[in-house]
Amino acid sequence: MTDPTTEALALFGGAYNIDPAVMSSLLSTALSRGGDFAELFFEHRKNNSISWEDQRVKAAGRNIVQGVGIRVVKGDAIGYAYSESLELEAMRRAADTASRIGTEDERPVPIDATPAGVSDRYYSAVDSLGDRPPADKVALLQRADRAARAYDPSVSRVDASINDELKTILVSRSDGRVVGDVQPLIRIGVSVLSLRDGSRQVARLSGGGRLGMEYFEQVPPEQMARETARQAVLLQDAAEAPAGSLPVVLAAGDSGILLHEAIGHGLEADFNRKGTSNYSGRIGQPVASPLVTVVDDGTIAKSRGSIHIDDEGNVSRRNVLIENGILRGYLQDQISARHFGVGPTGSGRRESFKDYIMPRMTNTLMLAGEDHPDDIIRSVGRGIYCISFNGGQVNISNGDFVFSVTEAYLIENGKVTRPIRNVNLIGNGPDVLSSVTKVGSDYALSDGRWMCGKDGQSVPVGVGMPTVLISAMTVGGTKVG
Amino acid sequence: LASGSLIDLASSVVDYARKAGADQCDVIAHRYDESSVTVRFGEVEKFLEAGSRALGLRVINGGRTSVCSTTDFNDAALRQFVADAVALAAISEPDECAGLPDPALFATGRADALQLYDERLQSLTFEDRVAMAKACEAAALAEDRRITNTDGASLTARAGEVALVNSLGFAGGYPSTSISLVVEVMADDEDGKKRNAHWFTSERLLHRLLPPEEVGRIAARRAIAQLGARKVETRRVPVVFEPMMAASLAGTVAGCANGGALYRGATFLADRRGLAIGSSLFTLTDDPAQPGRAGSRPFDGEGVATRRTVLFGEGVFEGFLFDCYTGRRTANPTTGSASRGIESLPTPSTSNLVVQPGETDPTAIVAGVRDGLYVTTLMGFGFNPATSDFSRGAAGFWIRDGELAYPVTEVNISGRMDAMLAAIDATGTDLTWFGSTAAPTLRIAEMTVSGT
Repeated sequence: MTDPTTEALALFGGAYNIDPAVMSSLLSTALSRGGDFAELFFEHRKNNSISWEDQRVKAAGRNIVQGVGIRVVKGDAIGYAYSESLELEAMRRAADTASRIGTEDERPVPIDATPAGVSDRYYSAVDSLGDRPPADKVALLQRADRAARAYDPSVSRVDASINDELKTILVSRSDGRVVGDVQPLIRIGVSVLSLRDGSRQVARLSGGGRLGMEYFEQVPPEQMARETARQAVLLQDAAEAPAGSLPVVLAAGDSGILLHEAIGHGLEADFNRKGTSNYSGRIGQPVASPLVTVVDDGTIAKSRGSIHIDDEGNVSRRNVLIENGILRGYLQDQISARHFGVGPTGSGRRESFKDYIMPRMTNTLMLAGEDHPDDIIRSVGRGIYCISFNGGQVNISNGDFVFSVTEAYLIENGKVTRPIRNVNLIGNGPDVLSSVTKVGSDYALSDGRWMCGKDGQSVPVGVGMPTVLISAMTVGGTKVG
Repeated sequence: LASGSLIDLASSVVDYARKAGADQCDVIAHRYDESSVTVRFGEVEKFLEAGSRALGLRVINGGRTSVCSTTDFNDAALRQFVADAVALAAISEPDECAGLPDPALFATGRADALQLYDERLQSLTFEDRVAMAKACEAAALAEDRRITNTDGASLTARAGEVALVNSLGFAGGYPSTSISLVVEVMADDEDGKKRNAHWFTSERLLHRLLPPEEVGRIAARRAIAQLGARKVETRRVPVVFEPMMAASLAGTVAGCANGGALYRGATFLADRRGLAIGSSLFTLTDDPAQPGRAGSRPFDGEGVATRRTVLFGEGVFEGFLFDCYTGRRTANPTTGSASRGIESLPTPSTSNLVVQPGETDPTAIVAGVRDGLYVTTLMGFGFNPATSDFSRGAAGFWIRDGELAYPVTEVNISGRMDAMLAAIDATGTDLTWFGSTAAPTLRIAEMTVSGT
């Protein structure tokens, strides 16, 4: 296994003659007007996709995106420019544009760019799906299609897709650090339409991670397809959801999206540096039930949110955000870390070379507790049990969040009873996390399906969680009383 | 920007593809300059300036389709890219519905009348743009002493061009501009929570942009108005949507009137064409010919001439938006609604979506409600197009005895979209544009509001 920095240097050096001397020279231009710090972010991204409809391949696709983003920092202020062209002249122009956040007269700044290796490895591009013949990938979609159709006679349509991406990044900073990464990412998605007596129900699921064909040994396409079909058929018999304040049990795994929305975003340091988060100035204070410990961990093997280095070149790591209910720290990018006088947390991410760096989550997890999941359900007289979700949104400033539940059941007298549909959960991050009264021993990582959006930029993330009881939360159903 | 060169580039890629063995193909290419600046507490926080370009190629060979994109315009790289794309099409299976439009449908008119390009944007200097953002934020901060923090004001301007060329002889392109200004500010509430609000203005033409100070003042007033926000009891009541939220509802409905959702069976509007679904007050149109609007386009993503389409006429569902593929799949003509991303196949989409205004003054719409919710914020993604089940987080104001009584937060509104459209019992005179959507105030006679 070669070092990712070496691989990245080989790619950009081989095709575009980008070597340490070129990087030093561009950084020197970037800092020539008095910027404090500069970085070059080279990116090459190649993805392949196959879409499946009507029991056949609808289309095949391939995209190649490459370019460089150049950032110059002066105090807390940022000058940014990018170029899709990796010709020296175009890159020099971008460096000059970004340099203008500095206001001093031009002067040369010598930089000594020194490549550094990446020691720990959480994924590798060996056996990447992109190297496989397309027929292998088509076969996976075919298997998913058959399994979904065989699940139930009401399954009248199956759409599926498979995507694989290989992203190579190289970060070169004015402190001399040069570091790279090669990030594979795959995702298979299945959508099933169940049609019964004119009633249409659609379910969608997807999964994947930073790995190759081995994913399908762990999660065969048939398994994902049957699970999707099961959810669609289940909705046919689902009852109207109750409306109002109720106890809510969140199942292990996918429910981590609640954590991501309810608290993760509010702990991103840019909001806290500006005092615009409801968690601003609260480090060391209780912000959740003592049962709650939350970490953001970019080092989980092959998980969708994992990274060896962040997009500022800092090493990824496991960060404890909340420990037994006490706020311990924020997710930092370099500008925020300097503001708070702390070290980097490896959380500076961006969607592409065209975008600003922001503090972002990687894999956000709540650690296991001591309650048996069955006991948690048994403890609820009347409430709801939520298993899978299709997305959420948070208002960072006041902590209000919403998310939509795609598989949920009523709990009556301690037992899971009828499936319910059209369920929305509405809450306030700190309020809800203070209302966590039981935490299960059954921690699980969600399958790799989540995409996190912030300020128009999307990055892949992971979530994980044990079964949790929230004593009261607003359930946005349709059935009043 | 000379648009000839981009069309020439796209044409040469079409030629390469034909020579590489493609039966049919089309190429979309774009190029734009973007600049944005964010000001926070009166200082430049960040700026971005860059020129961007990309090119997408669709190959259809014996009904087999591939779609590829690249940002590398080097001639040798382009030839390799084209060869790969043609080879990739062989992976797909033949689809009799895949194919370019009938050339009789190609657009022939010029884009000038649509006023998509404003050369005055090019003359705005960096200092001009900083000054606009500063004026906007300063007005927000000055509006009320209870405004204690700001997320800054951002001004973004883009000028660029798009070109579309296909192997049946269509070659078109046009320049366009856009400019937007957004600000977000916040106030501290008594319970320790922050009440934030943003406001924005987004246009193609500089003279249509709201004055920066007005944008700032509106954002500040909206934040202050949320101070003291609380939950309400769960109950069924009338719900009034301010124009921006009515525009959001319109977008949700239009997503169901889409040929893609139709052939996939994933819309509650399937099999309901010609039926009165909504109240007679509800008319929804897609109008690509509105001069100077964000969604206006002289031809669609396949080169087809665009035209106005009525989605709902006085409550009756009139039809779907189609591109060529979804039209052929469902035995309908294309409505000239193809949208084409660089990386993706054409797909039907709205251009400018307009909810027809009514005859009721917006204050009268509120005045007609004894107890109800006035919605100024919607959150989350709780809508199922297949069943029309709608459930979203909301915030706004409680209406009591015809007036906005107090701010409301952390509630949910839910219902079925077909029932909601049928229950529209008032539409305002206050048609307001938000980017590519325009809507007036709307009232729905009854929905479930979930709270405590």
